[in-house]
Amino acid sequence: MYDVIIIGAGVSGCAIARELSAYELRIAVLEKELDICEGTSKANSGIVHAGYDAKPGTLKAKLNVEGSRKMKALSQELDFPYRQSGSLVLCFDEAEIPKLVELKERGEKNGVPDLRILDREELISIEPSVGEKAVAALYAPTGAIVCPFGLTIALAENAAENGVEFHRGINVCDIQHAKQGYLVKTDQGEFETGVLINAAGVHADEIHNMISGYKMKIVPRRGEYLLYDKRVGGLVSHTLFQLPTALGKGILVTPTVHGNLLTGPTALDIENKEGVETSGEGIRQVQEKAALSVPNIPGKQVITSFAGLRAHIVEIQGRSDVEDFLIEEAEDAPGFIDVAGIESPGLSSAPAIGEYVAGLVMKILKPERKEQFISTRKGIPNMALASDEERHKLIQEDPKYANVICRCEMVTEGEIINAIRRPVGAVTTDGIKRRTRAGMGRCQAGFCNPRVVEILAGELSVDESEIRKSGVGSWYLTKSDGEEKGELHE
Amino acid sequence: MNKKRDLVIIGGGPAGMAAALAAYEKGIHDILILERDSELGGILNQCIHTGFGLHTFKEELTGPEYAGRYIDMINEKGIPSLLRTMVTDIKSGDPCVVTAMNKDMGLFQIEAQAVVLAMGCRERSRGAMNIPGYRPAGIYSAGTAQRYVNIEGRMPGKEVVILGSGDIGLIMARRMTLQGAKVKLVAEIMPYSGGLRRNIVQCLDDYHIPLKLSHTVTCIHGKDRVEGVTVSKVDEALNPIPGSEEYVSCDTILLSCGLIPENELTLEAGARMDDVTQGPVVNEHLETTQRGIFACGNVLHVHDLVDNVSKEAAKAGEFAAEYIHNKYSSWGEAVRPPIPEKTKCTLPEDRDMESQLICIGCPMGCLITAKKKEDGSLDITGNTCPKGEAYARSEMTAPVRMVTSFVYLQGGKDKVVPVKTAGEIPKEKIAACMEEVRNTIVKAPVKTGDILIANVADTGIDVIATGNADKGV
Repeated sequence: MYDVIIIGAGVSGCAIARELSAYELRIAVLEKELDICEGTSKANSGIVHAGYDAKPGTLKAKLNVEGSRKMKALSQELDFPYRQSGSLVLCFDEAEIPKLVELKERGEKNGVPDLRILDREELISIEPSVGEKAVAALYAPTGAIVCPFGLTIALAENAAENGVEFHRGINVCDIQHAKQGYLVKTDQGEFETGVLINAAGVHADEIHNMISGYKMKIVPRRGEYLLYDKRVGGLVSHTLFQLPTALGKGILVTPTVHGNLLTGPTALDIENKEGVETSGEGIRQVQEKAALSVPNIPGKQVITSFAGLRAHIVEIQGRSDVEDFLIEEAEDAPGFIDVAGIESPGLSSAPAIGEYVAGLVMKILKPERKEQFISTRKGIPNMALASDEERHKLIQEDPKYANVICRCEMVTEGEIINAIRRPVGAVTTDGIKRRTRAGMGRCQAGFCNPRVVEILAGELSVDESEIRKSGVGSWYLTKSDGEEKGELHE
Repeated sequence: MNKKRDLVIIGGGPAGMAAALAAYEKGIHDILILERDSELGGILNQCIHTGFGLHTFKEELTGPEYAGRYIDMINEKGIPSLLRTMVTDIKSGDPCVVTAMNKDMGLFQIEAQAVVLAMGCRERSRGAMNIPGYRPAGIYSAGTAQRYVNIEGRMPGKEVVILGSGDIGLIMARRMTLQGAKVKLVAEIMPYSGGLRRNIVQCLDDYHIPLKLSHTVTCIHGKDRVEGVTVSKVDEALNPIPGSEEYVSCDTILLSCGLIPENELTLEAGARMDDVTQGPVVNEHLETTQRGIFACGNVLHVHDLVDNVSKEAAKAGEFAAEYIHNKYSSWGEAVRPPIPEKTKCTLPEDRDMESQLICIGCPMGCLITAKKKEDGSLDITGNTCPKGEAYARSEMTAPVRMVTSFVYLQGGKDKVVPVKTAGEIPKEKIAACMEEVRNTIVKAPVKTGDILIANVADTGIDVIATGNADKGV
């Protein structure tokens, strides 16, 4: 019997788990993928929005500003990459400057500090690479960038350190009312819990509809991105948004916390909740629109393209197009809390979402705070960023930190093994990639893939043909001739 | 270990070894080679096919054999190397300072009078080509697949589509086929192949693998693992032609779409780069704009033949030696190394497969016409050397091929040992030969030249090792 079960180990689920792990509660997180951070949380802009976008008075506005305010301290507590680089909303038409002012006023209403309108001259002085057509910009110094994997994984690891159980690769099939709360039926047995939290991302409607009569429908809204080599990461120093024009919402150009350049996303409503493929049209759109903000982004320096799905609620309880996060106890299911429709600015809001949901749980369960809560977490050592003295020290402790596996990002065997052995550790090569950046560089794992597969197989004590990229079906190798005959091992 | 060296060489592949040997001949004996892999030889170790050494050794060798000859020479001279060692930084100066690390020594610095860069190149990735679709497992660069198959003895898939017809792609089409995979097609966006003509014959034609010129992959299907690709025809501007899409099911995509010099260290050392070669700018002495740092091989520009790499690297070694002796001060002017014209290999479209042959005797790939005369003898034209005539004669009567592969190793440091047939075997015996090779497991140690299967498939030809395999610990 659990006090709380959270369905979904994305950034929201993990933030809630971490927040609740400070209390005397028995908690489990159920994740359908083999690893955490596999849905929307892994494919997004990695932006901490300042908070001027959302309509004042909405939950989005409140949680975004709060989340943004908390993120820096959290990044220090939990040791994940974060940089307050500031953001700019570019305006390409004199006639539209009033819209920029409107955006500024909205931000001020939401409580965003230090917003300023810059004229072209001021804009050029802080961001020289912007295109000729940019006439003005809204500057938000509190805008920041964050590593979405780093954030999600740090939250999960810290939650696990404080006793939260993570069950990965488990599918929820049905939910029923139980004597005290809910019975969660999965493909791997049943779980009983007092409070059930639905943080299932684009699948949150399916989970919701298992228990509530007020039907929810989520439509995935796909966004495609292009990621560029670190060689051009310095092209911009702020996150550049575009003021929405007649042509649409516009796309962003931003540095990432790891020094790459990222452009995107497109926005297309689709049917398939697993539809994370990129398209020729999407890639073209990103390139064309990005060129408006920053001309001359060298196309040759693209190292990968990817797509993510935003969980957009189109219907709940008869209401259509909910333009807000839906975080509440379902009316006809006490103790069942939806955390749904967490589209942008979901990542920015995550720390606040965790706290907000914990507040809802407090009211229901009234738990005691733990005496021994571990509030900090140390990340995996990073040889690429370490000083020579730090490198010496790490290698002295474990010589595996001197064995470079991924040459592009300079990731060592020591870091990879560390990523596998820590709480909620990596079990797939994508898991290794998100925790250490091995395979994230310009050769896209061409060099390190065989080595990472070998290390994973060794650490998990399985044959290399058992190693997966991410999903259950994502095998790399067939069984070898000799392996099949069972003759290779003496 | 001595932390002061006359010459430090970054990379122990063909370029690094040739540079070391040439510098040694010029009187520089205090040399150290730094290599990140577990043995010298570089990428040659996974190139277990033949086709190397025609210029350097006047005979056709496999990659491991070619590397082996250089490794033997390095050992004879007693030139030391540090393996499993990654260089993290190079600073030019007098002396240059090279920072590196490995498990035994940790992080360390070496002062060197001169440095030769010989890090080789890497393959273009899928992302760099912007192929739309999902990002499943099963997309490999041809070289990664080659490593899996030839070094690890593992198969990265069963049904394969290859994008790009560079030589590595063609070679891998044959390798995957010999190891039991089905290669569905090779798609090449250009109207000509980027590989050698003889490789089209002996890697594709021999195994009835279609080569689709002016075609490219326009979508990758499958969320977890590759399930198929959309292949489209392209127009003259290389844009996909709507309506020409064709779905091909497969579980694996190999990319053979070009090589890029690997210049991370060169850039960090501050050397000026050449946009055309994608390697560093050098003077007539192959010295980069950073004093005392020389460059050669695929790090300087991508070469077509390893023999040319060795030749260029030997020069770099000599220049580095000269620099150490004299410390000349004037850099002179930039000289771009001669870049071989990119192979644009086309085959006559209306080629009569019966009588018009492509010679596989050397990289030239001469088009030879062989016609049976009334008296039963052959009329052979188009060959440019006696080898061509001999090839045509045998091809018309009893075609033969060399077979290269690996056999599994038991109790070895490595998982497999590369092998070849000691001579050519009848083409129709290839399948039977591979059946025996794939079913063979040998015990380490094995030495180059050891007979591992006698009289394979009753051909009278032995299968011999083309590399050494030590006992494992």
